[in-house]
Amino acid sequence: MTRFSAFSLFAKALGGHKDWPEQWPDAAPKPAYDAIIVGGGGHGLGAAYYLAKKYGITNVAVLEKGWIGGGNTGRNTTIIRSNYLYDESAHLYDHAVKLWDGLSQELNYNTMYSKRGVMMLAHNVHDIQSFKRHIHANRLNGVDNEWLTPEEARAYCPPLNISPDARYPVLGAALQRRGGTARHDTVAWGYARAAAALGVDIIQNCGVTGIRRGVDGAVEGVETTRGYISCKRVGVSAAGNSSVIMQMAGLDFPLESYPLQALVSEPVKPTFPCVVMSNTVHAYMSQSDKGELVIGAGTDQYVSYSQRGALHIVEHTLAAICEIFPIYRRMRMLRTWGGIVDVTPDRSPILGKTPVKGLYVNCGWGTGGFKATPGAGDLLAYTMAKDEPHWINAPYNLDRFRNGRLIDEAAAAAVAH
Amino acid sequence: MILIHCPYCDEKRAEIEFAYAGEAHISRPVDPSTYGDEEWERYLFIRANPKGRHHERWRHIHGCGRFFNAVRDTVTDKFETTYKAGEPRK
Amino acid sequence: MSGFRLPTGGRVDRSRPVRFSFDGVSYTGFAGDTLASALLANGVMLFGRSFKYHRPRGLLAAGSEEPNALVSVDRGPGRFTPNLRATNVEVHEGLKAVSQNRWPSLKTDFGAINDRLGMFFPAGFYNKTFMWPRSFWDKLYEPAIRKIAGLGDAPTEDDPDQYAATHAHCDLLIIGAGPAGIDAALEAAGTNRRVTVIDEQDEAGGSALADPSLWQWLERSMKALNDAPNVTILTRTTAFGYYHDNFIGAVQRLTDHLPDDGDAPREKLWRIRAGEVILAQGAIERPLVFAGNDTPGVMLSSAAKTFANRYGVAVGKSVALMATHDSGWHDVFALAKAGVGIAAIIDVRDTVDADLLKQAADLRITVKLSHSVIGVSGRYGVKTIEIAHNDGTGIRSIACDALLMAGGWTPSVHLWSHSKGTLKWCDDIGAYVPDQPNENVRCVGACAGACNFGQGAVIDVLPTPMDQSRIKAFVDFQNDVTAKDIKLAVREGFRSIEHIKRYTTNGMATDQGKTSNLNGLQIASTALAKPITDIGLTTFRPPYTPQTFGALAGHAKGALFQATRTTNIDSWAEEHSAVFELVAQWRRARYFPKAGEDMHAAVNRECVAVRSSVGIFDASTLGKIEVVGPDAAEFLNRMYTNPWKALEPGRCRYGLLLKEDGFITDDGVSARLAPDRFHLTTTTGGAARVLNMMEDYLQTEWPDLNVWLTSTTEQYAVIALQGPNARKLLEPLVEGIDLSAEAFPHMAIREGAICGIPTRLFRVSFTGELGFEINVPTAYGRALWERIMAEGDRYDITPYGTETMHVLRAEKGFIIVGQDTDGTVTPYDASLDWAVGKKKLDFVGKRSLARPDIVAAGRKQLVGLLTDDPNVVLEEGAQIVADPNQPIPMKMIGHVTSSYWSATLGRSIAMALVAGGQDKMGETLHIPMPGKTHTAKISGMVFYDPQGARLNV
Ligand SMILES: Cc1cc2nc3c(=O)[nH]c(=O)nc-3n(C[C@H](O)[C@H](O)[C@H](O)COP(=O)(O)OP(=O)(O)OC[C@H]3O[C@@H](n4cnc5c(N)ncnc54)[C@H](O)[C@@H]3O)c2cc1C
Ligand SMILES: [Zn+2]
Repeated sequence: MTRFSAFSLFAKALGGHKDWPEQWPDAAPKPAYDAIIVGGGGHGLGAAYYLAKKYGITNVAVLEKGWIGGGNTGRNTTIIRSNYLYDESAHLYDHAVKLWDGLSQELNYNTMYSKRGVMMLAHNVHDIQSFKRHIHANRLNGVDNEWLTPEEARAYCPPLNISPDARYPVLGAALQRRGGTARHDTVAWGYARAAAALGVDIIQNCGVTGIRRGVDGAVEGVETTRGYISCKRVGVSAAGNSSVIMQMAGLDFPLESYPLQALVSEPVKPTFPCVVMSNTVHAYMSQSDKGELVIGAGTDQYVSYSQRGALHIVEHTLAAICEIFPIYRRMRMLRTWGGIVDVTPDRSPILGKTPVKGLYVNCGWGTGGFKATPGAGDLLAYTMAKDEPHWINAPYNLDRFRNGRLIDEAAAAAVAH
Repeated sequence: MILIHCPYCDEKRAEIEFAYAGEAHISRPVDPSTYGDEEWERYLFIRANPKGRHHERWRHIHGCGRFFNAVRDTVTDKFETTYKAGEPRK
Repeated sequence: MSGFRLPTGGRVDRSRPVRFSFDGVSYTGFAGDTLASALLANGVMLFGRSFKYHRPRGLLAAGSEEPNALVSVDRGPGRFTPNLRATNVEVHEGLKAVSQNRWPSLKTDFGAINDRLGMFFPAGFYNKTFMWPRSFWDKLYEPAIRKIAGLGDAPTEDDPDQYAATHAHCDLLIIGAGPAGIDAALEAAGTNRRVTVIDEQDEAGGSALADPSLWQWLERSMKALNDAPNVTILTRTTAFGYYHDNFIGAVQRLTDHLPDDGDAPREKLWRIRAGEVILAQGAIERPLVFAGNDTPGVMLSSAAKTFANRYGVAVGKSVALMATHDSGWHDVFALAKAGVGIAAIIDVRDTVDADLLKQAADLRITVKLSHSVIGVSGRYGVKTIEIAHNDGTGIRSIACDALLMAGGWTPSVHLWSHSKGTLKWCDDIGAYVPDQPNENVRCVGACAGACNFGQGAVIDVLPTPMDQSRIKAFVDFQNDVTAKDIKLAVREGFRSIEHIKRYTTNGMATDQGKTSNLNGLQIASTALAKPITDIGLTTFRPPYTPQTFGALAGHAKGALFQATRTTNIDSWAEEHSAVFELVAQWRRARYFPKAGEDMHAAVNRECVAVRSSVGIFDASTLGKIEVVGPDAAEFLNRMYTNPWKALEPGRCRYGLLLKEDGFITDDGVSARLAPDRFHLTTTTGGAARVLNMMEDYLQTEWPDLNVWLTSTTEQYAVIALQGPNARKLLEPLVEGIDLSAEAFPHMAIREGAICGIPTRLFRVSFTGELGFEINVPTAYGRALWERIMAEGDRYDITPYGTETMHVLRAEKGFIIVGQDTDGTVTPYDASLDWAVGKKKLDFVGKRSLARPDIVAAGRKQLVGLLTDDPNVVLEEGAQIVADPNQPIPMKMIGHVTSSYWSATLGRSIAMALVAGGQDKMGETLHIPMPGKTHTAKISGMVFYDPQGARLNV
C-alpha cells in the first residue's frame, strides 16, 4: 500500500500522478474463504478490516452486489453523534464515536470527520424534559451533551431563528460538541483500501443469491452471481436488503425497509457551522466541506426498495428548514435522492449471532447507522471471530423481540436520527 | 406521490389521502394467551418485507376512513390490485 | 471592447434599452436579453471563477446547462440569490448582479493560486492528506478547505418574498415547447383533451428561437395554441422532477424578471398530475475535451448561434470552430450570414459531407480537416488557438477571439429517467436514448434521440501531441474535473462510473453533469478499455435544475407551516394575559400571571386557590370519541385493560390503553351514557392515534362488532371546575341535574343544561378536589366560561393553566402518559395494577405482559420521590443512582419523570421511574447533578389526601 501523505502527493505530482497504484485491487472470487461479509457498505468493509487487523483472519471476502459504498453508506447525511439515552445505546454509539476519532490516521485515509457539534432543538416542554433526561444520562455515562438556552443555541448557530413568535419557537437545545459529520464515501474507500492491504478480497458486482446450509443446518457457503463460494462463517451487513438475504437462510426477520430521502443545496461559502436537528419540526441540516447544505427528510410511509421518494416529503422538509432558518428560503435545492433503510420494531439495530450456525447479522440501523460505522464493523468482526457477541452488542440480539427486552430510544424520546 | 385505488370509494386518489398500515393478513389470534412467546413474537414483529409482491394495508384516512388491502410491487412501487378488508388474500 | 451587438437581428426589443450592473459597473442591454447576452454585447467575456482552481471562466452555453457563468443577484434587503446562471437571468431595469467565488475581484482572484498548484490537487487529493498533525484538521485544514470551496455567498437575511403553490390536472402534459413539443401540442389542440405545455424559458420556441427561418411558423403555431381553449401554456416554468404515477413537480418564476414586483409571489410550485406526458426536452450540445477548453470565449457552437440569432449578439469578431460534428458547421454558416467573422473551421474528422465543404468554400471559410485544437492562449479571453494535425504534426496558431465547440448532442433524458424509463445506448450519436417507458409517457424530438442531428464522430479527448498528464483539458467545467482526473480515478481502481463520479466530482456541480457526464463516460470507457455500457450510468435525480427552497415550501410558512389548534376559550386566555405552551398541535394556557408574577408565583397562587376555593380550567383539548352501538361495551372491554361491560350508564371509569406490545399508549376517563353509548376521553396529543388504533381493531380484527366511532374532540368545549366550592358555584347554573353527593357521586356523568346550554356534566377530578368537567357544544365555550367567571367572583374563582394542573395531579399521584411513561412502561411498571382486569381473558396488549422480560424482576417502576431537603426541586429528567461515589460511567437505576414545588405541602414532590422501585419504599437514592448530588427517599405516589376525603364530598 502506498502511504498517503502530503509528501507522497507532492512526489507523485512531479510524476504527473502517473504511478498511483490501485487503492484496492478488483478481486475475483476464490472458491473458499475463512469468512465472508455480504454487503460492501461501511459496516461490512469495516468488519472485514477489523477481522484482518484485530483478529488475524485475513482470508476474507467482502461481496458487494454493486459498487462498494453504493448503499446507504454513500447516500446518507453523515450525522455522527452518541448522545443516546439508554446505557446500551450510549455504549454502542460512543464506542463508534471513539473509533471515528483517529480513524483517518488508522486507515491512512482522510475520512474528514468534522467535530462541528450536533445541536438538537427543543420546541416544547416535552422536548425539554426529554433532552434533559438525555443530558443527565449522558453525563453519568461519560458522554458529552449539554443544554443551551435559545440565545446560546443561536450563538452556536447564527442562522437559527429563535424568535418566540415562530410557529415552533426554540426553547433550548442539547449540544454534543464531539458530534459532527464525516465524508461518507471516504469511509468505505478507506476501509476497503486498508482491508485489501491486509489481504481481504473486495469483490464488486457480486450479488449473493443464496445461502447454502449443511445437514446440521450450519452455513456452508453462499451462491453468488459469480458462482458458489464456500465458507463457514458469513456475516450479513446488507442494510435495506437484509430481510431478503436472511430469507435465503430461511430466517424471517423483524425488519421493514422504507425509502428515506435526503437532499443538498447548491454549494455556498461557509454559512452553517454545525449540525442542527429538530425532531419536532422534522428537519436536520449541516453544511458539507464542499459548501452544500445537506438536509435530511423523513421516511416515506410505505415499504419500498425503489430508492425513490415522494415530492411532498421534500416539500415538508424544506418548509421545516425554512421555518427554523428563514435566511435560506432563497437557497436552491440541487439534488434529491433516496436510500432504503431497514427498520426494526424498536428502531435499534440487530447485531450478533443468528439461529443459524455460522451466520451473523448486522442490520436494522435504519435512519441512523452511519455514525456507528466503525463500531458496527468492529463488533461484527468480534462476534464473527469469537462466535459470541461483545458485551457492547450483546443486548442487540434477536431474542429481545421475543422476551420484550427492547431498546426503544424512539419511544423514549421520539428521536430518530 | 403514488395514486391509490380505494376499493370502497372506487376511486384512485393521491397518496396523501391515505395512511399506510403495514403488512396485510396478519390476523390477531382469537385467544392470544394460547400463543407461545415465539408465536407471539411472530405476530407482533416478524414481517415479510419482500422485494417484490407485497400484501399491505392502507387506510383511506382522509376519505371514507376504511382500511383495505393491496398488493404492490415494492421494487416498482406499482399496485397490482386493492381489495376490501376481509376478502381473501390475492 | 464593445460593440458585439450585431446591427440587426435577434428577438430583443431594440426600442427598449435597460440599464443594469455587473460587479458595480453599469451596462445597457435590451428588453429580451439575458444577463449573459447583454454582457456579451458589451464585450464582457469573464463571468466567473471555477470551483476548485478559481480559473477565470466565460460562458459555455446559452441555456440552463451553463456551468461557468454563475452570478449572484441582489434585489434589495433579504433578496440576495447566489449561483444563478447568467444565461437564465433576464435583464431588467436596475438589475444588480455580482460575480462570485473570487477575492478580491473577479479579475484578480487570490484563490487562483490553486490553479498554479493544480498539480498537487488532483481528484481525491483531500483523501490523501491533511491528516498530520492530527489536531490541525479541525482548526486549520478543514476551515481552509471550506473557505476555498463553495460558490456564491449564502443569503444572510430573511426572505420577504412570498411563494405560491397549486395543484393542476391535465390529460396531456407536454414538457418542452420547442418544435417537437409545439407540434405535439398542435396535434392535441384539436382534440378535447386538457393540454398543458410548459417550458423553462421566457418564451416558447426552444431551438426555433435561434432559427429565424422558423419564426413565422412559431408565431402561427403559438397563436393557434393560445387560441385553443383546451391548451394552457406556462413559460418560465421548469419541470424539475417526474414522480410516481405521472406526477410532475414544476416551478414557475413569476417576478424575478420584473424590475418591481409589488407583492406578487416570486415563484409558484405546480404539482401536476397528468394522464399522459410527452417529453420534448430537446438535446444539449457536448463540449470537446482539449487543453484550454475552459478559456473565456471557448463555448458551445449552438450557444454562439443562439446569441447571434436570438439575441443579436456576436460572441466574437473572429470566431473559430472546433468540430467533431456537422451541426457546428451549420452554426458557423449561420453566424457568417449574420455578419460574424469566421477565422476557421477545424474538424477532427478526415472527411465530411461535400456539401459542408462547398458551403464553407462559398463563404470563404478556411477549413482544416483531420486537425484538432491543442491549446488556447489568453487568460481572460481567447487570443489565439493552436491546432495540430491528428498525427501531431503541423502545429500552428490561428488568431481569433472566440472558439466554438461542436461535439455532438446528448438527448435530455433527465425526466424520462426520473420516471424510471429505461435507456439504451446509441452508438450513432454517442449517447443514451429512451428505451422502455415506465409510465404513460413518450419522448418526441431531440430528447428521444429521434431527430436528425447530422453526422458526427464520438471522441473522448481530442488528439494532441502533448503529454496528456500535463495538460488541463476540462470535462466538468464548474468542478474543475479534467480528463486526467478521470484517468487517475481509473488508475486508482475506481471502475464504476458512480465511483469515478464521486472520486473526481465529475457531474456533481450545479449543472449536475448536463455537459460533462457523457464526456466523462467516454474517457472512463477508454481508460478502462471497456465498452461504455459496461461501466454504468449515474442516476438522474430531481431536480432537473436547482429549485428554490421557498418555492418548495410554498405556503407552509409561519402560522401556515402547521395549523395551531386553539379552543373556543383560547381568546379569553389571550385577553387575560395567559402564557401559553404548545402541546401537540394545540396551544394551551400554561398559567395566568398577575402583574409581577413569574411562573412559580402564579402556579403557587393557582394551586392554593383550587385547593381552598375553586379553580377553572380549559380542558377542551382532551381527545373525545363517541362510541356507539350494541357492542360498544364489548369493544371497549377488548381495547382497554380494565373491565367495561358492567359499568352502569351514568358512571365513569378510568381507561388504560396499551399497544399490542404491552406498553401504555394512552389513558382517559370515559363515561357510559347509555347501554350502547360511551363518551371516551383521550390525552390531548393522543386523540388521533387512539381513534385510528380503535378503527383498526374494529374494522379489521372484529368487523363482527356493531360499533361506530366518531371523533367529537372539536364538538365540545370542556370547562373543568375544581375545588371545594365547585358544587356551590355550579348548583344555581345547572338545570335538570341534582348535584348532591348522593345523587351525583364522584366518577359519574349526567346530562342536562347549564345556563340553558345542553351539557354533559362529568363529576371527575384530576386534582383530587371536588370537581366537575362541563362539556358543552364548542361554540358556547367562551360564553359559558365568562358566565362562570362572573358567578364565581364571590368564591374568588381562579383560572389556572396546564402547569397548575400538572402540580395538582402530581400531588395526587396521577400520571401523565408521555411524561411519567415513555413507551416502555407497562401498567405494572406504572403501579396501575388496579387498572388491569385480572379476570379478563384478553385485551389489547395482554399477551405481551406475559413476556419473560416484562415479568422479570428489576424493571423500572413508577414511585414517588421526596428529597431530603424539601426545598430542592429536582430537575425533570435527572438520573438516579444507588451509589453516588462510583466512577463514570455510573450505573443509573432510574430518572425523575415529574417534579414540582407543592405550595399546598410546602415542599417539593417528584415522581420517578426506578428499577425495582416498588420494593424500595423508604430507601434513599442519589441524584448526581453538576456540582451537587441530591438525596431523596422513595415514597408512595399519593402525596396529598391519600384517603380521597376531599373527593367524596
Ligand atoms: C437518506 C439517508 C440519510 C441518512 N442519514 C444518516 C445520518 O445522518 N447519520 C447516520 O448515522 N445514519 C444515517 N443514515 C443511515 C446510514 O446510512 C446507514 O445506517 C448506514 O450507512 C448503513 O451502513 P451499512 O454498511 O450497513 O449499509 P449499506 O451502506 O447500505 O451497505 C449495504 C450493502 O449491501 C449490499 N448488498 C445488498 N444486498 C446484497 C446481496 N444480495 N449481495 C451482495 N451485496 C448486497 C448493498 O449493495 C450495499 O452496498 C441515513 C440513511 C439514508 C438513506
Ligand atoms: Zn375510500
